[in-house]
Amino acid sequence: MISEDLLIGLQTMIRIRCFEERCQRLFNQGKLPGFVHLCIGEEASAVGTCLALKKTDLITSNHRGHGHVIAKGGDVKRMFAELLGKRDGYCKGKGGSMHIVDFASGMLGTNGIVGAGIPIATGAAFASKYRKTGQVAVSFFGDGATNQGVFFEALNISSLWKLPVIFLVENNQYTEWSPTHELSVGDTISRAAPFGVPAVSVDGNNLEHVRDAVEKAVNRARDGEGPSVIECMTYRWHGHNEGEEAFAGDYRPADEIAFWKNRDPIKLLSVEMLSRGLITEEEIADLWAQERDLIERAYEFAVQSEPALAEEALSDIFSEASQRNI
Amino acid sequence: MADTFFVTAMRDAIAQAMREDPNVVLFGEDADKSVMGSTRGLVGEFGKERVLNMPLSEATMIGLAVGAAAAGLKPIIDLMVSSFFYITMDQIANQAAKLRYMSGGQVSLPIVVFAATGGAGSAAAQHSESPHPIFAQQAGLKVVLPSSPSDAGNLMLGAIRDPNPVIFLQEATLGGSKGPFVINENEMELGVGRVVRTGTDVTVLAVGRTVKLVEQAAVKLASENISVEIIDPRTIYPWDKQLVLQSVEKTGRFLAVDTARHTCGFAGEVVATVASESFVHLITAPKRITMPDTPMPFAPHLEKFVSVTEEKILRGIRALLSNE
Repeated sequence: MISEDLLIGLQTMIRIRCFEERCQRLFNQGKLPGFVHLCIGEEASAVGTCLALKKTDLITSNHRGHGHVIAKGGDVKRMFAELLGKRDGYCKGKGGSMHIVDFASGMLGTNGIVGAGIPIATGAAFASKYRKTGQVAVSFFGDGATNQGVFFEALNISSLWKLPVIFLVENNQYTEWSPTHELSVGDTISRAAPFGVPAVSVDGNNLEHVRDAVEKAVNRARDGEGPSVIECMTYRWHGHNEGEEAFAGDYRPADEIAFWKNRDPIKLLSVEMLSRGLITEEEIADLWAQERDLIERAYEFAVQSEPALAEEALSDIFSEASQRNI
Repeated sequence: MADTFFVTAMRDAIAQAMREDPNVVLFGEDADKSVMGSTRGLVGEFGKERVLNMPLSEATMIGLAVGAAAAGLKPIIDLMVSSFFYITMDQIANQAAKLRYMSGGQVSLPIVVFAATGGAGSAAAQHSESPHPIFAQQAGLKVVLPSSPSDAGNLMLGAIRDPNPVIFLQEATLGGSKGPFVINENEMELGVGRVVRTGTDVTVLAVGRTVKLVEQAAVKLASENISVEIIDPRTIYPWDKQLVLQSVEKTGRFLAVDTARHTCGFAGEVVATVASESFVHLITAPKRITMPDTPMPFAPHLEKFVSVTEEKILRGIRALLSNE
């Protein structure tokens, strides 16, 4: 059971890496409109978290959300179609990279506004508690978002009401182009303490550590004991957004980037699984080949998909009839 | 039947909706006690699990509603005072208004946020806003601004049943006003206006608390042989364009009266629509009476000076008729 879990985890991390690398190439070729924020290097926090969740559980995410969508079960064909502004895209071309939403897999929205998903996940957790559905809601956000007021407001209300919500801080140590330690006092963990919310900091590049921490928080949430904060210490290999180099300069030391690239979450898990005899080198190579192929086919699907109709820009503003949400 | 207070009609409508649908929940600051009166007694009937007293975290309150609505509930928020919307604007404008569109229609967000609005009783600039045009600008929010207890109750039910986020603005000065209220399925649709008084010389569109002022002015003008037709759009977005255009076709003169500030206000939108779509029917240029582009001052005489009054309406209508 555990090894199957790890295999899925490894495969999903590789899928995210391949997706993001394809996005990078497309961006460099000028084929991706808009802003693109890649999560290369941060795959373990998204995948480790979602391994501890059920399909019916709910997540909110942020601007760096491709990994979260894939980890929660999103379809890479429809993701590429969205990135290219096609009709088969998750949002029919109205969302784009920062705003992919997939309600069917419990993905309530990536988000262009830092911290905005925090109260939304808290509200989803309230609905779960009120309707006794047993669902847990996870909000993924970064260290920068821990300076948003809604973070503290949500800690207060979720603790007060013992809501089944997990605040999952992916601490990549940078708020856009600035080191977060220059912008914040204290650490993430200590920010949860006054609200009586248990908080733990884990190696965010170690999938098993992330999964185990989230599992504990999920159990706590399902038992009606309330929210948790989990900080995943990690690093993004790329900039805040693709193409930033011309404006941002080298704001991160080269040795720091090298240190974290050496702590590649995919490599770490591969080595661990090899040492436990859970997988062979050939099987790992097969996984990479299989996922690269999947991503190429997904991209090809998106290229073939029809562009979103111009008239569609005027639809989906209001709902005509009440549709049942998840 | 006995008349009902404006806020009591709102309360009765909310109670009715909560009886009809267990997914309707209410969040508000002092929701169990009800500062404005529009939620008074609800906690007794529905309990603290459905009528939730909230900390002063307005942005998170709206965010909670977005998440709860996305996950199957129909939240109602009592925000108390419309100035407090400014604290919530990310969750209102970027999230509640946009999530359906940005997801390609994957989600409906049946949310009602209500608050007392408009200048009243020297509350000064931070408690006297009339922000309805701001919400009408968002593409994704419906905006309700009722002028009577009957509309307050029926439009509240319509707002709760509507599958979209609705901003429901209760004129602060009308909260204690009284009138008949009977639940009427035919009066709940958002976007349907009402002819308050029929007339032949001039069409006056009035919103919220100004409807009563225009009615009083119309009675006085009738004795001067000036016949005023009054239209209350009842909702600011969507608004009943056809009702206004049909009336202007008949009268040939148009005045819009709005509590919001002059520049980019609702009156400007309606006047522009009348001018561009009913130009051939107009005998004279359409006009508007609004609040000047100023924050609401504190002192009672200053507040009155910048507010829409019956006097200003009388002057406006007479000027419109003497302009020929």
